[in-house]
Amino acid sequence: MLTFTLRRVSLFLFTMLVLTLLSFSLSFLFPGDTVINHSGHINATATDLIQLNKDYRMDENIFSQYTAYLTHILNGNLGQSMASQSSISSEIIKLLPATIELSLVALLIAMLVGIPLGFIAAIKHNKATDNAILSLAMLGYSIPVFWLGLLAILFFSIGLGWLPSAGQISPLFEIEHFTGIQFIDILLSKSPYKWQAFSDASAHIILPACVIALGPATIFIRLSRASMIDVLATSYIRAARAKGLSFIQIIFRHAIRNALINVIRHVGLQFANLVTLAMVTEVIFSWPGIGRWLIESIYQRDYTAIQSGLLVLSCFIFIIHILIDFIYAALNPLARGNNNGS
Amino acid sequence: MAVLPMKFKYLFLLKITLSTFLLSGCNESNKLSLSERSIIYCSEGSPETFNPQLSISSTATDASSKQIYNSLLVYEGKNNTLAPSLAKSFHVTRDGKKITFYLRQDVSFHQTSYFTPTRLFNADDVLFSFNRVLDNKHPFHQVSGGQYPFFDSVKFKDLVEKVEKINDFTVRFILKRNDSSFLANLATDYAIILSEEYGHKLNLKKAQHDIDILPIGTGPFKLKDYRVGSLIRFYRHDSYWQGKARIEQLVYDISTSKTSRLTKLLAKECDVSSYPIAHKKIAERTDLTLESITALNVAYLGFNTKKEPFNNKLVRQAIGFAINKKALIETVYEGQAAQARSILPESSWAYNSKTPQLDYNPSRAKSLLEAAGYSQGFTMDIWPMPIQKAYNPNALTMAKLIQADLDKIGIKVKIMSYAWDTFLRRLSLGEHQSFLFGWTAEHPDPDNFFTSMLSCSSREKGSNSTFWCHEEYELLLQKALETPNMSKRKNYYAQAMVIINEEIPLLPIAHSKRFQARGIDVEGDILENFGGINFYNVSKNVLTNTNILPQPKTLTKERN
Repeated sequence: MLTFTLRRVSLFLFTMLVLTLLSFSLSFLFPGDTVINHSGHINATATDLIQLNKDYRMDENIFSQYTAYLTHILNGNLGQSMASQSSISSEIIKLLPATIELSLVALLIAMLVGIPLGFIAAIKHNKATDNAILSLAMLGYSIPVFWLGLLAILFFSIGLGWLPSAGQISPLFEIEHFTGIQFIDILLSKSPYKWQAFSDASAHIILPACVIALGPATIFIRLSRASMIDVLATSYIRAARAKGLSFIQIIFRHAIRNALINVIRHVGLQFANLVTLAMVTEVIFSWPGIGRWLIESIYQRDYTAIQSGLLVLSCFIFIIHILIDFIYAALNPLARGNNNGS
Repeated sequence: MAVLPMKFKYLFLLKITLSTFLLSGCNESNKLSLSERSIIYCSEGSPETFNPQLSISSTATDASSKQIYNSLLVYEGKNNTLAPSLAKSFHVTRDGKKITFYLRQDVSFHQTSYFTPTRLFNADDVLFSFNRVLDNKHPFHQVSGGQYPFFDSVKFKDLVEKVEKINDFTVRFILKRNDSSFLANLATDYAIILSEEYGHKLNLKKAQHDIDILPIGTGPFKLKDYRVGSLIRFYRHDSYWQGKARIEQLVYDISTSKTSRLTKLLAKECDVSSYPIAHKKIAERTDLTLESITALNVAYLGFNTKKEPFNNKLVRQAIGFAINKKALIETVYEGQAAQARSILPESSWAYNSKTPQLDYNPSRAKSLLEAAGYSQGFTMDIWPMPIQKAYNPNALTMAKLIQADLDKIGIKVKIMSYAWDTFLRRLSLGEHQSFLFGWTAEHPDPDNFFTSMLSCSSREKGSNSTFWCHEEYELLLQKALETPNMSKRKNYYAQAMVIINEEIPLLPIAHSKRFQARGIDVEGDILENFGGINFYNVSKNVLTNTNILPQPKTLTKERN
């Protein structure tokens, strides 16, 4: 386990190094003064500029410039937004939890819907149910998320009026910011309207989460189907059947557990896909997350925000990826073997 | 391996708890829910300040004037007559130069997390508020930029000699000359009353700027929270002097995109939406209403009365008869504007409905042209304004329609387009023959239309590009300003309107409207005839048992 952990940590460090190198070089590639792109001080006076050049060691060689940049990042200083002139790290801390919350709920929905459907399809392999589920998965996979988002608003918000179309919670409710994760904040708040707020927040998250979940859910269907088919064909299942276990017992005691392991392994990969979908969905549903903020920064040519936002977001996805790897390793002793480290 | 079933159990538990939460949320709404006691207003932008003295943008006045503050006087009713507010009565001396206000003694300021008032409203607050604008040495004059655009535009400093405190509840304004639009200025959204005690406290804390961003006033709502670009939250001011508002919370959901405002309105995420699009769609829905109010503005076709052939009154009249205003309104405003019969909108108290009209009559136009000696017609230039304004959303289309109309009586029209700054510069140089332009009133006093648009003095100031100057008209305006008697003033303005419709230095076309949409469960007027919106009288119709004190209606006015 130690080797496994060390391998992951070194992979993480190396990837982060490459990522910071990339984001560092972006400052040179974006139009405008490099040090201003680094720091975001677009209205810097001459004396400010001298100080900034000194801070970022702009008159030294490129390597020490990079170390200066890295020091800034490690100290939590991601510069300031060119558009709003406020600190990017504080903006990200405010916005990232909303994205995490939305992505996790979407992931949960995708898994809760996708995996059982995939298992059913595998059990009914090559029957009508299997074909129906597969075609649905194909259809779901082919629908672009921005179009689905708009359709969902048109149908459920405007047409039927069941669910709200924008934001995280109705602005009527005052929820103080503790963790940034809305549901936890609501439970911690002392508002007398706590439960109204909770049901309102739940209603707000349903549409965007379902829209994001659709794509990954179809992938989970196919993954779990394939994995279940493999498991059902193994000799230990045949042995169990020969022992006289009932079909239900075989599926619930043996097949599902083993099939799930392979699915869990892909959750990490799917998470990156999910965050990309979440970024587009946040714009459509006016969700106050980092995706919407990043896309707005692109519109506003806010280079410092783009650069730092990308760095934080990719770092976040990578951390999730590694976490899922750990979970997978914890569940499956085979993966911890020395040969399967990568 | 043993971990997996555990995981399932957790998921199952989570599902159960989630659904219980959802259900318990529903049970609680048996009581009057928060949304039934609140209004969400989808507004069009973030206000730059909460002090309307500092800004004339409607976003700022909508968010502050009538919600947070009161002024000494207010406009009331359809005709915008003056009514008392923080002043319970006032008194004008015979020469019109001394105006004494007797203040209400039961008005309390907001109590918020950042300020607790220790005294009621009194004369010091009035002095503080007006001296901030008038006195360059006032500790707050330079705070937040030191610019008071409304007061500058009406030359308030040149008019007011000083403001005196007679006693705690009596204040006297001493004017340099008699000006009957003075009282009208005091009733605008901009002449609000700040708290002197709060100002004093901020001065000690060296946080003077807070007076404009963390406002304290006497109005029906107090500011709770403002997040730029996201929302403004107001709480009800429970000890409001006219009785507390019927809603407990007022939230401005700032949605700059027109489509997102529409979506939120249709999805019931906001109760009221500013400047809605898709009027037809809203009108079709049974659960929404679309309302509008004719704004105090006018779009017009102006003539350069210094240039041929428009120095001839008959030619101007001919064009007045030749243009089909109804068609212009249908096309350019999609029917959403009132046809202008004079430069003054019908909602103004000075409007005279007996003013002779210029109705569409091409044959009359032709005979007038012949009488003027242009039976063969002529060629003219028209300059449409190059930007969109509320009073004219598309001047170029309007110019094209006018081109077609005038072609029928033999006048060839060339449409000339310039960039906005070039347009204004060349207009002031008088290089044009005719132009499409407009005017928005800065305050509802009729003088703001008559003097600014057509007086001889505004030719030099650049707001009268017709270069028309008429002695009799000028005299009437003078007389109207000198008398405080409303019916006499109305009479003078009626005569002025007759002169304009006879002389036609410009042809008034339309008064555009301000639109607003709301759910049918929202009751009470929000749009006011003049100035910013007002949420004081608004409620959701589930609320019926709250007491509302009647507003004082009578204006006690003493004369000596």
